[in-house]
Amino acid sequence: MVQKIDIRSTLLSLTILLAGIFIWHAATHVPDTGPAGVELSQAEMDTLLGNNMLPEDIEYYSAQGVAFAQLEQIASLNLSRSMIEAAGGIRALGISVPDENSAPAPGSLFPSPTQIGSELWATIADPFYVAGTNDMGYGIQMGYSLLRVLIGYTLSAAVAIPLGFLIGMSPMFYKALDPFIQVLKPISPLAWMPIALFTIGDSELSSIFVIFICSLWPMLTNTAFGVANVRSDWVNVARTHELSTAKTALTVILPAAAPTIITGMRISIGIAWLVIVAAEMLVGGTGIGYVVWNEWNGLRLDRMIVAILLIGVVGMLLDAAFARLQRAVAYAE
Amino acid sequence: MTHFKDPFNPNIDVWNECGEASESPADPYAGLSKADADILKRRAKQSLNAEVGMARALESSVMQGLFKTDISRRAFLRSAGVTGALAAVSTVFPLTSLQAMAEEAMKNLEKTKLTLGFVPITCATPIIGGHALGFYQRYGLDVDIVKTAGWAVSRDKCLNGEYDGSHLLFPMPMAMSLGIGSTAQPWKVVSNVNTNGQAIVLANKHRDNQDPKNWKGFKFAVPFEYSMHNLLLRNYVAAAGLDPDRDIQIRVVPPPEMVANLRSENVDGYLAPDPFCQRAVYDQVGFIHKLTLDLWKQHPCCVFGLSEKFITENPNTTMALTTSILEATASAETSEGRVAFAESMAPANYLNQPVEILKQILTGVFPDGQGNIKNVPDRISFMPLPTQTMGTWVLSQLRRWNYIDTDTNYATLAEELVMTTTTRERMRAMMAADPNLTFADAEQDVYAPVDIQGHEFAPAAAQEFIDSQPFTRTIG
Repeated sequence: MVQKIDIRSTLLSLTILLAGIFIWHAATHVPDTGPAGVELSQAEMDTLLGNNMLPEDIEYYSAQGVAFAQLEQIASLNLSRSMIEAAGGIRALGISVPDENSAPAPGSLFPSPTQIGSELWATIADPFYVAGTNDMGYGIQMGYSLLRVLIGYTLSAAVAIPLGFLIGMSPMFYKALDPFIQVLKPISPLAWMPIALFTIGDSELSSIFVIFICSLWPMLTNTAFGVANVRSDWVNVARTHELSTAKTALTVILPAAAPTIITGMRISIGIAWLVIVAAEMLVGGTGIGYVVWNEWNGLRLDRMIVAILLIGVVGMLLDAAFARLQRAVAYAE
Repeated sequence: MTHFKDPFNPNIDVWNECGEASESPADPYAGLSKADADILKRRAKQSLNAEVGMARALESSVMQGLFKTDISRRAFLRSAGVTGALAAVSTVFPLTSLQAMAEEAMKNLEKTKLTLGFVPITCATPIIGGHALGFYQRYGLDVDIVKTAGWAVSRDKCLNGEYDGSHLLFPMPMAMSLGIGSTAQPWKVVSNVNTNGQAIVLANKHRDNQDPKNWKGFKFAVPFEYSMHNLLLRNYVAAAGLDPDRDIQIRVVPPPEMVANLRSENVDGYLAPDPFCQRAVYDQVGFIHKLTLDLWKQHPCCVFGLSEKFITENPNTTMALTTSILEATASAETSEGRVAFAESMAPANYLNQPVEILKQILTGVFPDGQGNIKNVPDRISFMPLPTQTMGTWVLSQLRRWNYIDTDTNYATLAEELVMTTTTRERMRAMMAADPNLTFADAEQDVYAPVDIQGHEFAPAAAQEFIDSQPFTRTIG
């Protein structure tokens, strides 16, 4: 039964994916219009020559399928061919010439699935190239982002879990610190960025700080919640065995609260991965968020979408890792 | 000038290899063509500068290595002509005097590994292309240029010391030095990286509404508050009778997002740097209403800025860095240079733009989005000399719109912040060392009045000028 549902759901997923790609393809498809061969009549030729167009220029352009009306337009510019070529050629200047390689027509700016596919393939095929400070493979950029997340997240865990324990075990601390947590928790991570840039004065450390501060709250509140809600029976048993507070925390409370703590960590890593992209878009330099910004800057939507897809995949992998960890610490009551 | 023995003068003996004192000819320029005589005269004058003098000594030894005797050298110069010989020797022998100067400059550099920031726009052409085409290396500098997401981040990274120097907007070093919009830290305008190079772009739906008088309620985007874009736009609409603070809305939008904002009709137009003006035409979402050079010919736009601290601590590096950027600027101004720079800047590492757009901007042959193809060779120019007039105008406009809230002596402050004298000296020395290098603006009067939208602005009368302008709001 379960197997049957699995197969069906997979089929349904695939159908949705294919339908999506088909609609996308249909919406972005531009029909090809091949270049038409152009023969000029003697009268047309004379008009162009009369407009001071050089015979070799006429030959050059009409060989590319440029029609008479356009040739007249080119002649009226009074620009030498070398000047036109230096400016990127007649197509780049917007003289309409039938050719599938002309400047993009409106409505077709959004990349087609095939474009994304080939970009994706090119990206995956060469993820670690370095072509200068501002152009590196997506693999390297992803590495920068992951490293920042890892550092910020580890620091955050080092603070949040012990502090969460303290808050969870002591109602007095809980009450004292709760107002601060409640005020600081809803602040958007990016609102911290300018403050960090100003006070820390280093963009690298600032983005790590932003990861730190945004990963902190889910871990802190979940740890506190998990610790506070450990069954009182179990704590009482520990007390009757005259265990020290530290020992109670480690041998009784930690295993009991572990699933809740891991849940907090899982939420945190998700948020950290969300935030790093925005932070890197802001400060730039390196990282996958910077890549998205850089491609947007060049209005290269295809490469931007590839980067976004990869961000999604890495986020999914991070989440899957924590899901596995969660299963490992779960226990049957 | 007989004490200067120019190895390129065919009339005199330079080395006196026979040991006998050669007679100084009555006229060392006799029998030469006017062009040749002019070059030699210019070189003689320039050689008074100690630095150039040193380069000339090197040149002399190169010539001696090539010709061994004065007789063969003079014969060669007579047959090739001075101009031809200068060109021939510099192509055959790699050690031109500019390179000699570069080698001299490479000594005693306090810091060789540098990080410069840039915002990816064509205004930064000398800084970006300078990297792509290897101008920094010539002066012994290992420069990393870092693309920056916007002007505020750029400013923060400058103030934090992450960048040694940066591509900045002309008003930024002033704002940074005065502590408006940031903590105060003295920064200076070292040179212009471009002049002109911006445009007012409007959404396609406004094609029949091109009179600024009818723009009440328009939403405009500019890249930064302390920018020439903001000041020029304010000046433009104010002259048409609109209050830039009340009748229109001016938003700060990072340049890359401008095209998207125009497409989604979030803004009606923008005064922005290229490539995003031409990009709007390329993507068929907007048209060029006016190039800013039509508002103020050769107006400043972006500059190369350094902190006072960096300049004091690294005088030799500052010199080498300035020289390399000036050389790149001069090269970007030449017509062959324009195509080369456009091609070198297109890759993802630099501007990340289609090469045609960059070529259209730099060559000045471009479609304007209204069905015309224009030919404006100075659509963007590279005139590196920052003038006191520019500095004074910017400061007085910042006061006009109340960004500076106290009265200051604009001219005195501009003298402090704009490095006109040093930069000009450098330009002169460079032209002296390399006859192929020219700066059209090297001898420009830095206090000369300029015409801005039909009004004459003279730095000495800056206060009177802004007082006479509409909507001026100098409070406090």
